[in-house]
Amino acid sequence: MIERRAFVKQLLVDRGGLLVVCGLGSPTYDAAAAGDHPLNFYLWGAMGGAAMIGLGLALARPERRVAVLTGDGEALMGLGSLATIGVKQPKNLSIVVLDNGHYGETGMQASHTKGGADLVGVAKACAFREALEVSDMNSVARSRDLLHRGQGPILIDAKISSEDTPRVLPTRDGHAIKLRFMQALNA
Amino acid sequence: MDDQTNIRWPDAIFDHFKRVGVRQVGYVPDAGHSRLIKLCIEDADIADVVLTTEEEGIGLVAGAHLGGQRAALLMQSSGVGNCINMFSLIKNCGFPCLVLVTMRGEFDEFNPWQVPMGTITEPALKLADFLTYRVEQPEDVDEVVGAACDMAFDGNLAAAVLLSQRLIGRKRWTK
Repeated sequence: MIERRAFVKQLLVDRGGLLVVCGLGSPTYDAAAAGDHPLNFYLWGAMGGAAMIGLGLALARPERRVAVLTGDGEALMGLGSLATIGVKQPKNLSIVVLDNGHYGETGMQASHTKGGADLVGVAKACAFREALEVSDMNSVARSRDLLHRGQGPILIDAKISSEDTPRVLPTRDGHAIKLRFMQALNA
Repeated sequence: MDDQTNIRWPDAIFDHFKRVGVRQVGYVPDAGHSRLIKLCIEDADIADVVLTTEEEGIGLVAGAHLGGQRAALLMQSSGVGNCINMFSLIKNCGFPCLVLVTMRGEFDEFNPWQVPMGTITEPALKLADFLTYRVEQPEDVDEVVGAACDMAFDGNLAAAVLLSQRLIGRKRWTK
């Protein structure tokens, strides 16, 4: 099992120009804990939408690498978006699912991945170029390499442990998050 | 109603997409939008993104704007209902959002299952802070869609054009 904070921190080390869309809840806190960055687009709501924001961004900026950090709950809510991404085949888009099999924000109820739903299988069936499960810290270098150099669309289902982590809260002001991101992207 | 004008209203919308530089169009396949969808697919400068559900399009619009591109969404009135929570993304961050809605369930509708959503489409959009514009006549499409494009993209606002069922015509079954 992977410890989520260490995994995300190492995944985002020396990130260069990587654009990161962070799904609501723990993925947003994990990205903030790894070090606040203007090229993080933090979500605090719109559950299910992170992967599609990643797609719109990847299509608009084909010369940049885009990574979506999301949880199993959000990935399940937006399952159809994996089919949509599979149709468009964005080479520069990766989705990392921080998958603890639980809904951390609401009291750790089991998610469908705990109950047998296989996100790697779904991504493969949706024509993702790469879809893999990682379950130990030795795979973080490979995962990081895929974010920066792999041919997308890529889905990495990171099996993380489900212990509680302290919340690290970035700003909740959507306008501020958006403007900061766009200014940094266009700098 | 002039048949030529009726046929050309999707082209008028498409011309505005080109005028304002729309580069991504998200849609769920729809009979009323079929010609406009075809025009978008055939345009090399527009990424056509077929969605499994309309709410995916709200994320698409947000991502496109973050990346510096303009996007538009095409949907049926039923699709507006699918988007409601995702509209919070538009409002919280102030993304421009242009939605072209083909109406069902409001005029000469044979299917009562379209009526519940069709009758609350406009109020639902208003509750979600969209500016809404209804079009009843094909000759008005050009002016109204042009105005909605400018409100959305010049003002970073959410604007929806409701293309009335009277304009689009009764659904014709081919089988």
